[in-house]
Parts: sequence; structure tokens; C-alpha cells
Amino acid sequence: MSRDPVSSDLEELEARTLYILREAFAEIRPLAMLWSIGKDSTALLWMVRKAFFGRVPFPMVQLDTGMELPEVYEFRDAMARDWNLDLQVVDCPPEEVMDPTLPPGGRAAARKTEGLKALLRTHGYKGIFLGIRRDEQSMRAKERVFSPRGEDGAWNFKDQPAEFWDQYKTEVPEGAHLRIHPLLHWTELDIWRYTRQEGIPIVPLYLARDGMRYRSLGEKNITVPIPSTAATIDEIIAELETSRTPERAGRTMDHESEDAFERLRRSGYM
Amino acid sequence: MPTSTSAHRQIRIVITGHVDHGKSTLIGRLLHDTGSLPDGKLAELEAVSARRGVPLEWSFVLDSFQAERDQAVTIDTTQIWFRTATRDVVIIDAPGHREFLKNMVSGAAAADAAVLVVDAAEGLRDQTRRHAYLLHLLGLRQVAVVINKMDAVDHSAARFGALSREVERYLAGIGLTAAAILPISARHGDGIAAYSDALGWFGGPTLLEVLDRFDAARPAVDRPLRFPVQDVYRTDGRRIVVGRVESGILRVGDRLLFSPSGRNARVTGIEVYGTAVPPMEARAGQAVGFTLDEPVYVERGDLASHEDYPPQLTDVFRIRLFWFAARPLAVGDRYTLRLATRRVGVTVQTVEKIVDTDTLATRTGTVVARNAVAEVILRTDTLVALDGHADNPATGRAVLVDGGDIVGGGIVGMEGYPDQRRLMAAPRTANLHRVDHLLTPEVRARRLGHRGAVVWLTGLSGAGKSTLSMRLEQRLFALGYHTYVLDGDNVRRGLNADLGFSPADRAENIRRVGAVAALFADAGMVAVTAFISPYRADRARARAAAEAAGCPFVEIYVKASLDTCERRDPKGLYAKARAGALPDFTGISSPYEPPESPDLVLDTEVEDADACVARAVAFLTTRLGLSVPDSTPDGV
Repeated sequence: MSRDPVSSDLEELEARTLYILREAFAEIRPLAMLWSIGKDSTALLWMVRKAFFGRVPFPMVQLDTGMELPEVYEFRDAMARDWNLDLQVVDCPPEEVMDPTLPPGGRAAARKTEGLKALLRTHGYKGIFLGIRRDEQSMRAKERVFSPRGEDGAWNFKDQPAEFWDQYKTEVPEGAHLRIHPLLHWTELDIWRYTRQEGIPIVPLYLARDGMRYRSLGEKNITVPIPSTAATIDEIIAELETSRTPERAGRTMDHESEDAFERLRRSGYM
Repeated sequence: MPTSTSAHRQIRIVITGHVDHGKSTLIGRLLHDTGSLPDGKLAELEAVSARRGVPLEWSFVLDSFQAERDQAVTIDTTQIWFRTATRDVVIIDAPGHREFLKNMVSGAAAADAAVLVVDAAEGLRDQTRRHAYLLHLLGLRQVAVVINKMDAVDHSAARFGALSREVERYLAGIGLTAAAILPISARHGDGIAAYSDALGWFGGPTLLEVLDRFDAARPAVDRPLRFPVQDVYRTDGRRIVVGRVESGILRVGDRLLFSPSGRNARVTGIEVYGTAVPPMEARAGQAVGFTLDEPVYVERGDLASHEDYPPQLTDVFRIRLFWFAARPLAVGDRYTLRLATRRVGVTVQTVEKIVDTDTLATRTGTVVARNAVAEVILRTDTLVALDGHADNPATGRAVLVDGGDIVGGGIVGMEGYPDQRRLMAAPRTANLHRVDHLLTPEVRARRLGHRGAVVWLTGLSGAGKSTLSMRLEQRLFALGYHTYVLDGDNVRRGLNADLGFSPADRAENIRRVGAVAALFADAGMVAVTAFISPYRADRARARAAAEAAGCPFVEIYVKASLDTCERRDPKGLYAKARAGALPDFTGISSPYEPPESPDLVLDTEVEDADACVARAVAFLTTRLGLSVPDSTPDGV
């Protein structure tokens, strides 16, 4: 079958992401990308390699709480080696120093926020790429592609910059930075279809074993696997096409209180 | 375009309208009625609503900020996915509050189609009209209107009919026809997926049926190639030009023109990482890189095209603008213009009209306030490559940036302005060699008694250019000068008989006159020209031609107000233009750009012709240092 280069919706989604990556690279220095080793940020990393013709011209940062599953660390080290990544592992501060009024899941998330702030302080990054999607969570649905964050990482969601016709806010004051979201327009299903099409490596935990799999991969203390028999990507796609279970159902922090996620994001969470 | 995969392509639909007319509720209901709400979401909404002591609130699906839920106000745009029977839909929720207009535009600019929500009880409000106007300005042509909350007006068919006619009238005023106007009740789901008996009198389509008929925007493969350069990467010893094909098709072997530099080179290969066989072409919508056969200098901001269908080059154009900065836009203000990947400094030259989106009345002014819509003339610091929005939306729209913030945007109109590309064109053949005269300017000046010069009169039709130029010629001749007038009407009988009055032809007219005047001056004559010459850039080019010949160039602004000129109307042209018989008439339907710093101003409303000529002669003899020959003036 001859493939029309623009007929596929996946290629359109990808083209948009490549465009955003290149805009950021042209306008903002220094840059880094947060790589959680999950399916989304790994697909994004795949597209970074496409955008820059096999190079990854900025560091990949893992905000490490030490609580990832062993398979995640194995995958990280293998990919860093195979793709010649400049990998920066940031150890997040311990849970004891987090805001005690936050629910437990929120405290775990806050550790990553603090790790990110430390990273920004140390390296002075002006732009941070993140693989978040609008369909993940209703707060993320309100994000801009280029989202300014204040000096303390805070998100002023009541006054977000205008953003249209692929024109983005690319300047921020000293001390502030931009969160850049090249995957906002993708859905969970899109990511899996793209992963299948491109043959992108994934952490095997996404595939079902003994009737369970991880749909969303977080730290082992705050994420639980879901019942599933989807042992291949094809089966994951078939499962998602009929599922009405939210993607982050296995994430505790999203469900602890009505505004838990908003509080996290406002204060700088990813 | 192949249609086999079109069902996969998602369509993006923005929901707009006045605050509290039920946009978020409509979206919540759409999700529910299409079975798109995730499990547990309805229970969560019920719980949240109960906790707040309100009936089930569908808008909480989207209004996810606490501040939004507390105040029942949508602050920012959001996007949410759902599926109809035939395809994937992205719903874009746009806030209705006036103060969140930039968020509304941020959402609506990404949409393929729109639903405009009108409260059946309240009827059309200012933001209903403003949103409709902005949708049209943003280029959206597929708009459905829903008259919501029909339950609040007892499902009255008469009320629906009256509002429908009001909506139709307004939309007709901005050149838009609604794809459908539907009565619905979003809270109760009436008219979304099906109609109940209460609205059974309508008999028309449901909202979902209307949404299914909308077309998703297609990449513009059929238009001329436009490739804004994003960057140039050095990889493995190659220089790869990267960007996205905005329109047309880029093929290996194509000769590309890069604007505004005018450089050109041939495409030797298209680069897509990770493909075993490199593609031979890239089509609109694709992000690619390519290599060139020559190491020409290409940079971010350049616009690549094919040589046969280049974009226009200009440093002045009109923009239909929406403005949302707190600080108003005013004549003389400086901003950064961003057009595709290009950035350039820009000055607001004129505010032509300000549109009242409520009444569609226009007024003049020099200041555009926050959330207003206006037509504005912008002047860029250097030439930019662009297209009229109707010709190519992707390269015919721009945003203005102030202090790092996007503060407005709009679509480009080139009506009345020339493409400056052909006017600055290099000679068409490379086999030209400049031949130097054996006679020097000094030798000619000694014989003639004075040096050559170009005296350039500019002003509106009827300002007095021809009258003054002929009398100036007569006076100078009487004083012993060798002089000749090039007059607009006369030149068009011969040298420029092939030119019309389009902006491009008028600019070419002036280019030729500028070149001829420079030759006259080089021959030692004082060449006086009398042309409206409305564009500043053209006059600058004429000055450059004279100065290249080593001759002085004197710009004289023959000044009279448009009212005065129209009253004088010596050739009856204003009357014709007002009647619509002259499509590009300066001052009426085509711009006049007065000189910024003329060498001399002759105000024909203030002084009579004798006084003007006397001042011009005095100025020329002094300024140009023309040595008056010893002969006696013969009585003029």
C-alpha cells in the first residue's frame, strides 16, 4: 500500500511536535527535558531524535525519588547507553521535608517538584520539555504549549499568555522558566498507536503479566497496576478503544481531594 | 487529497458565546450523550455538585480550576476529546468573559469549526457578537448557532424564530452564513443527540448531526509552496534547512527562492530521520529538513517558495487586528511583528478604522483599546515576505509582541499596496556591464552652467503638482537652467502606456520615472517630476536612482487636504472614484503615504501658486547651489 505522507493523523501529530521542539530549540537556551521513562516521555524522546536527525541536543533529566520500579531503572540505563543520552539523574529531597498538609500521594509528587526546582537553581535552564498531554487530566487540558513559570516554579493559570497560529511566548524574566509541552495535543491512544507504528521501546511493565499491567507508570508507592490481559501493544490499543476507565485511575494523588492536583500544579508540579 | 483516511482525522470544534449562555454545560452534555465521559466521572460530578449544594453541574467537567468552580466562570480555554459515530472530535472550550478574550482567541484559532451558543432568554449579547466577529476574522467559515436554554422560554418556537433572524442578520453583516441554527436545551440534553417532544416542532438536525457534517481543515497542498525556515542544522557535515511545509509540495530537484534575501538554490535531498529510503517530496503539513546544492546563506525567518510563485515583498501592509493588551495600540507605537518564523520591528503607521463589533459601525481614531478590533497599517523596519490572507492563511497572518508578550494578532491585506519584489529586481540578464561615459558630470556642468538634479513633487491628485511643476520649469528655464518636467499623464501616453493603476503597476510607473529622471539629471538637466507617487518606498527608490548617478534629489511635498483636493477635482477623478468607477484611487480606495521628512513643503491651501513657485525657486537655487549664469532673466 502506498503511504500518502500527510494522510495519517499520526504523522500530523508528529509534525506538530517536531515543529514545537524546533521552535523551542531555536528560541530558548539552555534547555533540558524531563524524562520519566514512561511511555509518553519516551515517545517524546523518540521525536527529539527525529527533530534533530539522530542527535539529542540537550540533557535528559530524571527526577528520581528512588521509588521507581526496578524495570524502570533498567530501561533507563539501557536507553541512555543505546541512544547516547546526556542523562542527569536528580535525587529528590526526602518526603519528611514536604508540606505535611498535602495528602500522601501529593507529598510524593511534591518531592519531584522540589527536585525540579533544585535542578533549575543549579543549571539555570530557561526551558524544560515535558511529555504531558491534555487528555490526561483536566488541569493539564488548560495548559499552553509554552507555559511560563515564575521564579518559584508557580503557574499563574489565571493569566496565561496568548498562544495561537504556532506563535508562542518564548521570553521570560530572569529566574523564571518555560515549561514546553510538545505532546499536549496527543491522546493516550495516539501515543500507543505511534509507539506501535514506530517500534519505540517501552518499559515492559505496561504489558500484562498474570492479569495485571501498569497503564500509568509512577513510583511504586503511589501507582498500582490495573487488571488487564493486554500483553502486546496491539492488545493495549484494543483495550483502550473500548475502555472508559480514566488513565490515571491507578494514581492515588489525583483522587485525594477535589483540588489536590491543582494545588500541585500551581506550585510547580509537572 | 485522498479521502480514504479522512474519517481518522480529528475535527476541532470551538464552543463560543457570551458568558453564562451555557457553553461548558453544553460540552459536558455532549460528552455524556456520546458516552465519552470516563467511568466514575458522573459520580464525581454529582458528588462535587452535592458538596457545593447545587444541582448536577455539567460544566464541572471542564471548569477544573477551583476558581472556575467557585465562581462558575470559565477562565481559560481547554480541550477535550470525544467520539461521534463517525469520527474523533476535539472540543475547545473558550471562555466567554470579555476579560479573557486572549484565551478565547487562543482556543478558537486552533479550530476547524465553531458552535456559537446563545441564551434563548437573554438573546444576543456583546460577547456573542464579538465572538462571531472574531471567528470570522480568524478565518473560520463553518459556524453552527445553538439557541440554548429553550426550556427557560417554554420551548417557544416564536422566540426561537425571532432570535434566529437576529443571528442571521448579524452574521450576514460580517459576511458569514450559519451552517445551522438549532434550538437546544443543553442542561436537559434536548437537541444534542435527539429532540424531545418539547422541541419536537423543530424537526431539524441535532447538534451531533451538524457537527458530523463539518469538514476538518486540510493542509493546503493545492496552494503555492511556502516553507518558513525554522532553523539550519549542521549535521554530519551537511547543512539541513528545517521547517514545516505550510502549503504546496516541496520536491527534490526544485529550485527554491528564499525571501526576502532573493537567494536561490536547488533542493538536493529531503531529510527525514530514520527512513531507509529518503522521500522525494514533502507536502503541506509535514515537518522536514532539506539540503541545497549551493551553500547559500539561509537563516531562520526566511520564507522559501518556488521561483514562479513567490510571496510578496513589502515593508507596509494592512492588518485586520484584534488587540488584547492592557495598554492600547496607538499610531507611532513600536512592536515586534512575528509572521511564521520571521521577527521584525514594526511601527504603527495609521489606524484606518475601529470596528464596533456590537453594531458593526466603524469609526476613525488613532488609538485601539483593549479587546477592540481595528484595521491598521503597519510599517516594518525591513522588507518582509508574506501573502494576503485570502491567498495563503499561513503566511498571511501575524501577531504583535510587546515586551515578550503576544498582545494582538490579525490577518494581512495587501489591497492598495504594491509587491516590491519586481521593483527591486536585479537586471534580468547577467550579461550586463556598466559602460562609463567619457564626459564627466563636471564637464557637463561647465558647459551648461549648472549641475543636473531631480526635483520630485509628490502629493494627492488635485494638490497642484502639475500646475506648480510647469510654472517651476518655466521660471527655471527663464533663469537659464536646462530643465524638463516629467508629468504623470504625459509619461503614461508613451513610456508607461502599458501600465494600469493597480498597486504593482503604479509602483512600476514610478520606478521607470525615477530611472528616467536620473538619466535626465545625469545628462545635466534639472528634471522636475509631478507624480502622486503614493508609496514612500517608491520615492526612496527614485532617490536612490538619482543619488547613484551622483545627482541631488529634492523631495517636495505638495500639500493639500483630501477634502480640498476632492473639492477641486480638476480632472473629475474623485467623483469617479467615489462612484466606484476607479478601483485603486489614491486617498479614496488606495493609500497615500506622505513624506516623513520632505526637503520642502508647498502647502497649496495656504499659499497661492506664485508664492509656492517663488519659494521653490529660492530653495532650489540655495539648496542645490545652482550657479545662476550671467545671462539676464528675460522678463519672466
